[in-house]
Amino acid sequence: MIWKSLLHRIGAALIVMVGISMLIFAIARVMPGDPARIALGPNATAEQVAALRAERHLDAALPVQYWEFLKALSRGDLGKSLYTNRPVTTDIAQFLPATLELCIISAILMVLIGLPLGILSAHFRGRFPDHLGRLIALIAVCTPAFVWGVILQLCFGYFWPIFPIEGRLLDSIPVPQGPTGFYLIDLLVAGNGAGFLDALHHLVLPALALAMSGLGQAARLTRSNMIDVYEKPYVEMARAYGFRPWRIATRYAFRPAFIPTLTILGLEFAAMLGNAFLVEKVFGWPGLSRYGVEVIIRKDLDAIVGTVLIIAAAFLIMNIIVDVLVSIINPRIRLAGGRG
Amino acid sequence: MAEPVLTIRDLRLAFGSRRRQTEVLHGISLHVRASEKVALVGESGSGKSVTARLAMGLLQEAPTTHASGSIRFDGIDAIKGGREIARRRGNRVAMIFQDPTSALNPTFKIRGQFREVLRSGNPAISDADADRQAEAALAEVSIPDPKRALDSYAFQLSGGMNQRVMIAMALANRPALLMADEPGTALDVTVQAQTLKLMHELTEKRGTAVLLISHNLGVVREFADRVYVIYRGRIVEHGTTAQLFHEPRHPYTRALLAAIPKISGGGLPDLPERSPDFENPLIVHEGCGEPAGAIA
Repeated sequence: MIWKSLLHRIGAALIVMVGISMLIFAIARVMPGDPARIALGPNATAEQVAALRAERHLDAALPVQYWEFLKALSRGDLGKSLYTNRPVTTDIAQFLPATLELCIISAILMVLIGLPLGILSAHFRGRFPDHLGRLIALIAVCTPAFVWGVILQLCFGYFWPIFPIEGRLLDSIPVPQGPTGFYLIDLLVAGNGAGFLDALHHLVLPALALAMSGLGQAARLTRSNMIDVYEKPYVEMARAYGFRPWRIATRYAFRPAFIPTLTILGLEFAAMLGNAFLVEKVFGWPGLSRYGVEVIIRKDLDAIVGTVLIIAAAFLIMNIIVDVLVSIINPRIRLAGGRG
Repeated sequence: MAEPVLTIRDLRLAFGSRRRQTEVLHGISLHVRASEKVALVGESGSGKSVTARLAMGLLQEAPTTHASGSIRFDGIDAIKGGREIARRRGNRVAMIFQDPTSALNPTFKIRGQFREVLRSGNPAISDADADRQAEAALAEVSIPDPKRALDSYAFQLSGGMNQRVMIAMALANRPALLMADEPGTALDVTVQAQTLKLMHELTEKRGTAVLLISHNLGVVREFADRVYVIYRGRIVEHGTTAQLFHEPRHPYTRALLAAIPKISGGGLPDLPERSPDFENPLIVHEGCGEPAGAIA
């Protein structure tokens, strides 16, 4: 059954997580620089630094430190950030929803704009809409997300100021207190319609900037897969039977063409979690990616490990979701799974 | 004599850009009358499949094809019809493809595809009615468990089953003409023979005209009333099946006939490596001229 393969994938993902945790744990510790010294600043005395090192078990052997980390992890404790001086889990709980919200809206834009663009290109292959679509897709792919961020800020925040260029909400709107940390959901739950619209308003530019490269990639993949499918006998048959061209494009040819595209889209979405950093920086977005870079610069060991693990987990979960989706739209895989 | 359902006159087709073109069909003319079984025979690359595809309106859209002449079907010209031709001629003509398994969409169940086909004939048909008609159509092509077949994907059925599904779909909208492009070539010989027999029976019963595209003279002999021999984009000989098999006049037809493997005859005759240039003009057997109505 599908459940069996799902369990299998979850098991594999857990093994990958263990490997990643060891790697990042070791890498964070071999980076040059003394985390305790960086945390306490140049004015701290040698005794203070030594005390902090002892408190954090920094002088112990690596395997011992890893063991301590695992013991803490089993209690749901990822350690304490040297930078914010708060538990890493608290930091993540605060910053992760902002990044996830941004990435999810980006992914929606990527699908809603990228796929139709690809379908249009394939449908009008070799004609004007195709040339235009391909040009847009190519420019979208080649321009880095932070450049898009700046361009969008200039165009829609400065020359034609219709969108806010910074933050998640206007100061006049009270920050929603939970339950999810996703402002869109929280404000909706709180019944604050104006706040919801404002949060959405703030999301447009950063989400679009982050979505551009995946959007271009989605358009290009959809186009080339659609063109492959257009050559297949079953599309010729659909045309011979006089199915409407647009229906063939959006249904008959799109479904088989979407299977390989979906796999890549999943990876693009996961990659967004990491790529979000520059966009978060440009738009002053209080997200996890920005937090991750700041803690790496400060060599904030526990925070680095925690952030990397969370992003890796998001990546793996995304992969599993994509696999399940692919098997849902591809009957060949779904039914083969039933036998194996 | 019955009226022609399909008349192709002086059909020319070239591939290539606007400046450099290679002509592959050099003025094909043929006709198929109502309830008649006509075969278009030739070797690979002779132009038989592109002729059928043009008639189905499948090639006109490509920017690299340039067609002229006329393909008239019920007064609708498939050459001038452009993009919408397939829809305008509706379900009066249907087509069966070479490989039935790849001609069915792998991501939809047969049920969905059948509904779509029936809907192309009758946009107002309800799902329940479509399913009923589909079941009846599948039962008619001797598919043992039509309900189960409808709930299957093409890759779950055998090639022979898929071929039957294709035939059922093709005949579901009661077309006046069925085009069959080497039906079942992708299947084994026994299944192919069964399919042709089934196709023959059903079209005979309903009075559906058939244009069979084939390179297999054995198949043609059993199936067709009339035969056109196509060679290098030209019709070289045209006659009733009996005339053609008993007194082939064009050297190419003779070469084709000699190429039929016989159990008794010791091996294949020696054919030149490259097909020879047969310069002889079109040979039309007695009683097989153009229908008078088609010339106007």
